[in-house]
Amino acid sequence: MAYVAIADRDHEIEHHDPQTFITKYIWSQDHKVIAIQYSLTAIFVGLIALGLSAMMRLQLGFPDQFSFINPENYYQFVTMHGMIMVIYLLTALFLGGFGNYLIPLMCGSRDMVFPYLNMLSYWVYLLSVIILVISFFVPGGSTGAGWTLYPPQAIMPGTPGVDWGILLMLLSLAVFIVAFTMGGLNYVTTVLQARCRGMTLMRMPLSVWGIFIATVLGLLAFPALLVSAIMMLLDKLVHTSFFMPAISLMGTDPGYTGGSPILFQHLFWFFGHPEVYIVALPAFGIVSDLLSTHARKNIFGYRMMVWAIVAIGGLSFIVWAHHMYVSGMNPYFGFFFATTTLIIAVPTAIKVYNWVLTLWEGNIHLRVPMLFAIGFIFTFIHGGLTGLFLGNVTIDLPLSDTYFVVAHFHMVMGVSPVLVVFGAIYHWWPKITGKMYNETLGRWHFWMTFLGTYAIYLPMHYLGFQGVPRRYFAMGNTEFMPDSAQDLNAWITMSALFVAATQVLFFINMIWSLAKGPKSEPNPWNATTLEWQTPDHPPKHGNWGHELPVVHRWAYDYSVPGYEDDFIPQNVSADDAPAGRDHGGEH
Amino acid sequence: MTIALGFLAIILATLLGWLLKQSFNTQPWVADVVSETAHQGPLGTNSRLIALLTLLAVVSSFFALILSAYALRMELGDWVPLSEPQLLWINTVMLILASIVFQWTRNAAVNGQRSRLTPGLLLTGVLTTSFVIGQFVAWQQLQASGQFITSNPANAFFYFLTGAHAVHILGGMYVWARATGRVVLGKGDQSSIARSIELCTIYWHFLLLVWLVLFGLLLST
Repeated sequence: MAYVAIADRDHEIEHHDPQTFITKYIWSQDHKVIAIQYSLTAIFVGLIALGLSAMMRLQLGFPDQFSFINPENYYQFVTMHGMIMVIYLLTALFLGGFGNYLIPLMCGSRDMVFPYLNMLSYWVYLLSVIILVISFFVPGGSTGAGWTLYPPQAIMPGTPGVDWGILLMLLSLAVFIVAFTMGGLNYVTTVLQARCRGMTLMRMPLSVWGIFIATVLGLLAFPALLVSAIMMLLDKLVHTSFFMPAISLMGTDPGYTGGSPILFQHLFWFFGHPEVYIVALPAFGIVSDLLSTHARKNIFGYRMMVWAIVAIGGLSFIVWAHHMYVSGMNPYFGFFFATTTLIIAVPTAIKVYNWVLTLWEGNIHLRVPMLFAIGFIFTFIHGGLTGLFLGNVTIDLPLSDTYFVVAHFHMVMGVSPVLVVFGAIYHWWPKITGKMYNETLGRWHFWMTFLGTYAIYLPMHYLGFQGVPRRYFAMGNTEFMPDSAQDLNAWITMSALFVAATQVLFFINMIWSLAKGPKSEPNPWNATTLEWQTPDHPPKHGNWGHELPVVHRWAYDYSVPGYEDDFIPQNVSADDAPAGRDHGGEH
Repeated sequence: MTIALGFLAIILATLLGWLLKQSFNTQPWVADVVSETAHQGPLGTNSRLIALLTLLAVVSSFFALILSAYALRMELGDWVPLSEPQLLWINTVMLILASIVFQWTRNAAVNGQRSRLTPGLLLTGVLTTSFVIGQFVAWQQLQASGQFITSNPANAFFYFLTGAHAVHILGGMYVWARATGRVVLGKGDQSSIARSIELCTIYWHFLLLVWLVLFGLLLST
């Protein structure tokens, strides 16, 4: 029996619409509902992590002023803030949230290929979040081992949460990985199998490419975290010695033989480095689409952008030990990883050039999503440049574990992708809700956030150069840290609290828009991609009505010479495009 | 980490090579030159198989990483090679037989020989269950001879690897149980049952391959 593509047997497949409230909005198998469930959960838990960072900053900016912050819970804040933000917010939001919403719509399918599995993946994710949140309330509280959970300290007394917190953390991570694998199977299979007629891989918008490659990375990299989590659980619960060296604890012998903490670092960072690209690649893809839509110009060098995403994905697996330069490893080892790290900077830089070149001589509309997209370019260049410093072994040695590193990774992971998240939410808000947001409030939100994050992180680099160490509860009285460093810390704290408070504008905007916002037209940005061409607005279950779309062109036919409109949607054929005098030639 | 890297290199080379081939000679900005790729479905095969193959890649990554950790940990001084219980050989034979019977059942399903399905599926169930029970008994034997999980790292890896493998077998048993239930109760049409058995067979062969690699490694180190 010859294979018939899903898109081509659409009429034979039985389509069931959910009927009850529960099946429509709670136990929903509709990818759009699941996407919103993922997003709301991720944002909720992200706000908790934001609060934790506010507490951290209070201690750093105004040491010992707050009696409810002591060294134990400070490290718990540090750890949970990091773990939640990286995994439970960014990964879940980009892949579970945006991936679920955009992939079927942008590929012209009715839903994911395995809707039941998709639904399960959300509820398992929610379970992992619940387990994580429970860890705040168990005896001893959550783990304070740092998001990197390095042994032996992570499971030894002296580290907060050593009784229950670390167990729940590891369990929560394992459950998350199961959820992620279920979701990942869906995204990969849907992109490969369920694209509509005419939607070749090279006609997919870059948002889909970014999310797709990020999913592949995740599927291959998360097992490393699972392996290290299981091994650490065994070390803690059963007293094996995978990671635990033969140490004595306060004069007693806890019974460990010669394990290797470095083994954990290798396993963790083998996951950890691809993880940051799992967060970054969807952002790269989405920002390409935001820029080209709002500049009315095709993305510069689309094929190169695709290859760069693929190359970054592949290379991301061979750079992990640049997180381990100070672990005491062989210098030649360090040399190898520094080289691969610099190599991976090349496709990344190419992407940056292409984004800028997309804007060049574009018909730029500085709408709110565009502001955030341009803000991404600024902050990502900034963070990426500091990464070049850290990627070189010699410079990394004095900068490792200082605030320079903290500033770097917040810029590339905390600021730039989050600016993309905001830009993307503003951009797709009309599609998801059918309403328009308030432009003025959006602009205020952008400028205060963008300038505010610079106020936070720019000075932080200087602190790092001074040598101010990270993960310290208090700086004490050392000569290399002048008093002005403390003033800088206070400034950073004030900026951080300011930016955190500013986010209220975003939520007010969204709630106002849902309650009282004007209805938006189906394609307010005149975008070419398929999700804007659905018959219903917002799209109904099944997305496309009776007929699936047929795609005739790529996703970037903006300002095509010789055509009347400055955009041609993907599903418009050459015959139907409202042409001007003559059709444009090659460009 | 060489093992994990080697495995990863193979997977990524395949995937990325294929992706690049799809994209190499295209000119995406030229409209309406539709290469019929999407029409065919680029991997001309059914979605469940794609999902299973992806899952196998994930599982392989998982085991390759444990093996990398194994190789790294072996270097450190306190490694005492474990002498595996002889029972493991018998268990291996059980698993090989299970794969063979599953393959036979799969052929029957594809050829529409419905009468062979029930005995075939039940036999694979029996064989696989005896494998799992046998593994558990092997654990008991080790415990009885004083080889605990904490005794030394080689033991720890033994329990971890065999345990992880058994967990994956049990996961497969869930799918097997559903397929067997459908066959025995007479529900489901022939092609969907055939597909289900086909996927199970691939999974069983994969886990057999994993077991042979693990067993070989455990025996030789």
